Amino acid sequence: MKKKYYKFSIITFFIFVFLIFYYGLNQKNLYTPEDIIVKKFPNLLLNDFYSFNETSLDNILIDSNYYLINIWSSWCLPCREEHPYLVQLKKNSLIKIIGINYKDKKDNALKFLDEFENPYTHILSDTNGTASIEIGAYGVPESFILNKKKEIIKKIIGPIDKKKFNEIIELLKNEN
Amino acid sequence: MILNYIGNFALLFCLIISLIILITSISSLNNQNFFFRKNLKELLFFKFFFALLSFCSLVALFINSEFSNETVLNNSHISKPLFYKISGTWGNHEGSLLLWLLILTFFAFFYFLKSKNRPNDERLLTIMFQEVVILGFIFFLLKASNPFNIIYPVPKEGLGLNPILQDPLLAIHPPVLYLGYVTTSIVFSSSLAGLIRGNINSLWAKDLRKWVFISWTFLTLGILLGSIWAYYELGWGGFWFWDPVENISLMPWLSLTALVHCVLVLEKRSIFHSWTVILSIITFTLGICGTFLVRSGILNSVHTFANDPERGLYILFFLFFLIFLSVLIYFIYEDKFELNNKNINFYTKETSIILNNWFVMYFLSVILIGTVYPIFLEVLSNEKISVGPPFFNKLIIPFLIPFLIFMSVGPNLKWIKKNKFSNKFKLIIIFILSISLSILVSKFFGNTTLNITILLAASFYLFITTIKDFLKNGFKNYSQTISHFGFSLLVLSILMNSIFSKEITSNMRVGDEIKFSNKIIKLQKIENTTEVNFLKFIAYFIIEEKNKTKFILRPEIRIYDKPETITSEAAIKTDIFKDRFLVVNLVKENEYLNVRYQEKPFMLWIWISAILISLGGIINIFKKNEKKIL
Repeated sequence: MKKKYYKFSIITFFIFVFLIFYYGLNQKNLYTPEDIIVKKFPNLLLNDFYSFNETSLDNILIDSNYYLINIWSSWCLPCREEHPYLVQLKKNSLIKIIGINYKDKKDNALKFLDEFENPYTHILSDTNGTASIEIGAYGVPESFILNKKKEIIKKIIGPIDKKKFNEIIELLKNEN
Repeated sequence: MILNYIGNFALLFCLIISLIILITSISSLNNQNFFFRKNLKELLFFKFFFALLSFCSLVALFINSEFSNETVLNNSHISKPLFYKISGTWGNHEGSLLLWLLILTFFAFFYFLKSKNRPNDERLLTIMFQEVVILGFIFFLLKASNPFNIIYPVPKEGLGLNPILQDPLLAIHPPVLYLGYVTTSIVFSSSLAGLIRGNINSLWAKDLRKWVFISWTFLTLGILLGSIWAYYELGWGGFWFWDPVENISLMPWLSLTALVHCVLVLEKRSIFHSWTVILSIITFTLGICGTFLVRSGILNSVHTFANDPERGLYILFFLFFLIFLSVLIYFIYEDKFELNNKNINFYTKETSIILNNWFVMYFLSVILIGTVYPIFLEVLSNEKISVGPPFFNKLIIPFLIPFLIFMSVGPNLKWIKKNKFSNKFKLIIIFILSISLSILVSKFFGNTTLNITILLAASFYLFITTIKDFLKNGFKNYSQTISHFGFSLLVLSILMNSIFSKEITSNMRVGDEIKFSNKIIKLQKIENTTEVNFLKFIAYFIIEEKNKTKFILRPEIRIYDKPETITSEAAIKTDIFKDRFLVVNLVKENEYLNVRYQEKPFMLWIWISAILISLGGIINIFKKNEKKIL
């Protein structure tokens, strides 16, 4: 009897894996709308990336209409993909880009910025990943777009690609 | 033009012969002699011949740059050097699958020639399973990735080959890796056949062992070549990035390593039957699973391959067909194992091998989960993440420590023996010695964590015990000793490398100087030359050390025109104890160069140790059969 259960569970397991892969193949272009519940971005105390002084996020989120908070890391490959879009977005004066460096070595992160240009006005370090949990991030890369009142108006899980970049530009145009 | 048809028809013939073999072998399962009289050998040979013909016509198409062929059009160019035209044959999806098929048919034929001392019914079943795999590949080639698609009107010029792939190392890396993967298919088929016939015993293991070692050696060499390529070509100064594609080649290697040990134990002691069969199945399905993950584009990776969901779907179905087939066969015939309830004492070789098997399985699952977890997460919650090196390092490094210790003690234990091992005293002394050695190293060089110190101690321990074993046993069991020694050297060099690597990054103009520890790095001049299919910038750096030794490093930036790609060629000066690695990148719209100088100790030893590991495998292939103990 016991044997039957174990055979059954192994086969179920493989069927489950098969289904996941099957849907994974078809999922590529799916897009689900982000939730629209207005939520204020939490105020966090984080260390500054360069000086390592403790800084409050409230002190950084001033004097701009929009903010993009981007969680990134030098070891994260999708971050390399999205980086050019951040650099491009930097030219837009309406928005200020703040980076949260997630579980990274400072040297590697510096190298990354050296190589791909630094789009951030401020960088904060989240060396142990706790702040990202508090923010409610799922992983790297992830970006939040806040308005003047520090409300989250858009959340992008995964790298910013061309489509999402255009969405951001649209958003900035419309809200104005 | 005519070659397109030859290649295509050769493939069709291959398919027909394969079908004939499969059908006749199924129908003559109960009357094998009938089929054996009916020229199975000739059929297998002709199948191989037609696969070869098909492959050769593709090579010829590449050499002639016939752009009427879609594969050639997409992956070649008239101005490409001849060598890379040829290697371009397997540098792409369609061609590489054709190479797979070629090697598969070759090994099916070769297996038939070399397995005369096996019972005929088992040989027939093995060929049958092999045929299932081959058919899967031929269908895939013909249906979803035909290398002989014709384009009309004929274009004048090809679209080039990914310049990163224009490297001699990479030209031989895929074939070697494929040789490894494909031999696992023989191991897989033979395991299933042995399982059905109830033939899994030490004699079977004796015959299978060669195949396991062949595939293990090729896989080891293939991975080594791949990581040497990554080190020299990708210009990141590392040799392993936990990139999905690398993980995929590492996973079958891990299960194969466990299998290598199980087969040896099965041969000697007639235990571990189910371990051996399950590991054979896992190894092969992981190989196919790797093909699926890489070729379907379901994963994000630095390795850019052409992706096509249709292809992915096909491999997915094929993969799960094989998985369910083998799982079902296993469940049905599981009871046929010759179970002999031998007691295994704790202080024996058997126990340490089983323990290490579990560790290897653990490493395997960590890598598997780390690689496919992003897919699961994306499907279940529509989120994209990337699992990076911190994940793997955190989960693997702590478990390496007991693994290394078992690996050092294991070979010193005896088979079966009830009394405790004899040279306990020596082992303890070595243990103390290696702990003090590692404390010394970390004290002396500072900035190491406790974790690293313990790991260092464990790898010193393995290192010294293998040397001791070698001195004591001499050439008695030297294939094992060499491989284990190689492995300890590998762990040790990787550790030393990661602890003592130093680097500096800076933007420099011609004439600039930077200081780095006790050196001065000066950018002297930049020259540019035009090569056959790329433009080359060479930067001349003079590196001057305090004690007045001077040397020049010449990193390059290459700008390929078809397709337009910029690559950096690192300049590397290799010494016995350290590599000096210099790579430059262009900074956009700027006269500055982004310069990255690294000193990486013991790089050479990483390669040497991997060669030693596979050398042990090669020796085992040619070794005379081992004595059986009980």
